Amino acid sequence: MASLADKTSLDGALPGLRGLPFVLLLIAVAAAIFAAGRWFGSSYAFFVGYVVLQYIVLGSAWNILGGYTGYVNFGVTAFFAIGAYSTVVLNKLMPALPLPVMILVGGVMAGLVGLGTGYLTLRLRGVFFSIATLALAVVVQTLITNWDFVGGARGAYVMRPKVAPLIGGEYVQYLFLIMLGLVVVVLATARAIERSALGYGFAAIRDDEAAAEASGVPTLRLKLIATGLSGGFMGMAGAPLPFYVTYLDPASGFSLNYAVNAIAMPLIGGTSSWLGPVIGAVLVGGLQEYLRVTISSAVNVLVAGVLMVAFVILAPQGIVGLFQRKKR
Amino acid sequence: MDASLDLLLNALISGLLLGGFYAAVSIGVAISFGLLDVVNIAHPAFILLGSYVAFLGNTVLGIDPILSALIALPAVYFLGVLAYQVYYVAFERRDDQSLRGLSFFFGLLFITEVGLVLVFGVDYRTVQARYIGATLNLGLFELPLRLLVPFLVSMLMVVALQIFLSRTFVGRAIQAVAQDQLALRLMAANPIKIKRIAFGLSIATASLAGAFLIIIQPVEPSIGREYIGRVFAICVLGGLGSFPGMVIAAMTLGIAESLTATFFGPSWAPAVAFGILLVTLAVRPSGILGR
Repeated sequence: MASLADKTSLDGALPGLRGLPFVLLLIAVAAAIFAAGRWFGSSYAFFVGYVVLQYIVLGSAWNILGGYTGYVNFGVTAFFAIGAYSTVVLNKLMPALPLPVMILVGGVMAGLVGLGTGYLTLRLRGVFFSIATLALAVVVQTLITNWDFVGGARGAYVMRPKVAPLIGGEYVQYLFLIMLGLVVVVLATARAIERSALGYGFAAIRDDEAAAEASGVPTLRLKLIATGLSGGFMGMAGAPLPFYVTYLDPASGFSLNYAVNAIAMPLIGGTSSWLGPVIGAVLVGGLQEYLRVTISSAVNVLVAGVLMVAFVILAPQGIVGLFQRKKR
Repeated sequence: MDASLDLLLNALISGLLLGGFYAAVSIGVAISFGLLDVVNIAHPAFILLGSYVAFLGNTVLGIDPILSALIALPAVYFLGVLAYQVYYVAFERRDDQSLRGLSFFFGLLFITEVGLVLVFGVDYRTVQARYIGATLNLGLFELPLRLLVPFLVSMLMVVALQIFLSRTFVGRAIQAVAQDQLALRLMAANPIKIKRIAFGLSIATASLAGAFLIIIQPVEPSIGREYIGRVFAICVLGGLGSFPGMVIAAMTLGIAESLTATFFGPSWAPAVAFGILLVTLAVRPSGILGR
């Protein structure tokens, strides 16, 4: 639990004291979830839970850029896979490195790529950034496929340790706990952004970028902050993946499912607040797992796409928006 | 020395022919993105749909893939009209094109891909036609008909569309619609109807481009994604909406990819388009023949 405590102190500093009760609440909920999982003791539940948590992180990361500033990143797989492959590389070079360090490195790598892409394309209209990210996914996949050190097109095997460090039990429990910690960090960050000057700057960009620029909002700098944070969290979400799947090849690491889910979940849940991606990830992730078990894995993939199209047409404010309208 | 010169010449020629095919792939986006300002990132999915229509026409009915694409043209046109109508009602009218409009097309792309996987599976599919295996030997170099036929039909299509856009009333209205909708109204043309026609046309070109694609290479549902980067690289490099610029850009990319594939290996070719796209966006976002 030491790693968890470190992250929270880091996060508590970000929103100041106002955000502290929220962070404590998040930690309490996370601890309760983990305790319930331990008590339930089924490794299947941990495996499924890990995927849902991973999508909460991915969806929230996407939402920091997409939902708050309105810039659409289609290259989720690129950032996610950069995180995953940086773990493959680190694990080959320094197998003794603890997983949280690997996650940090993966996050920094993905964040830097986000900054670079953003720097080149964010000065133009938003669609050019979106198109560049689409192409980025293809080019990163090409690079990885041609890189023999990480297995190239054949893929790489990663040994999953048998026993979890610190907490004991199966290793998947450790992965679950780590991802739970990431969820706490990303949600605390997202909520802190929403309530800070940064968040108002983001919203100004989303609503009318020209007007924001004219009234002195440093739009490019804010957009770069959003892109770097968003890309970094996506990389962090991907970093533990090699240990989860134990075999990673470009085709599965760059599967379009990750991108579609990461975009569909915030849009379904609602892009205006940190809660939206959580609702979307839990609902869609749960539904997908149910369909995968009961019908087939091809159909479960289709669900996110169909739901996303249905929601953007019929309920553009997502599930959160439906409830907000009722309140008024 | 002699051998590498020969290699270079053949790479240039096949790159040029490939560029002609890329022009057919990109012209739909040149219309929808360049002229209508509709960012249809699902265009490659429609191209793939065209490939499978050609595949069905070829294997079930035994007709030429290009001919089956031509027969399917009206149906594909109406598919495009329908897609635009949904897009207009749900996003353009609400002024919500950027976030949700883009996600809508991304969803369409994904649904089409998974749908094709469910129907046809992930195996590579090919078509049969007399010109697919043959080559035209011109002494110095060889022209594979597999590339030459799509190149010629594609150029024909580009020229025909250019004439349609510059000579007819509807064509001129399409060119005007993104610039000044009010002026269009004053000319007694309904901008929405004009955009519907134009979008239908842009999707219809995907039907032919799809037939070319399956003639040139075996097709499976996920290869459409490789074309997103290419198509938009070509359109941006060509200067959005300019057909001559687009053709030049398509040839440039075709040659660059062909050279890369010849001298560095084919697995590097997909990265070329992205490089060109990034450099263009960073250095000259208006493209080579941009306004």
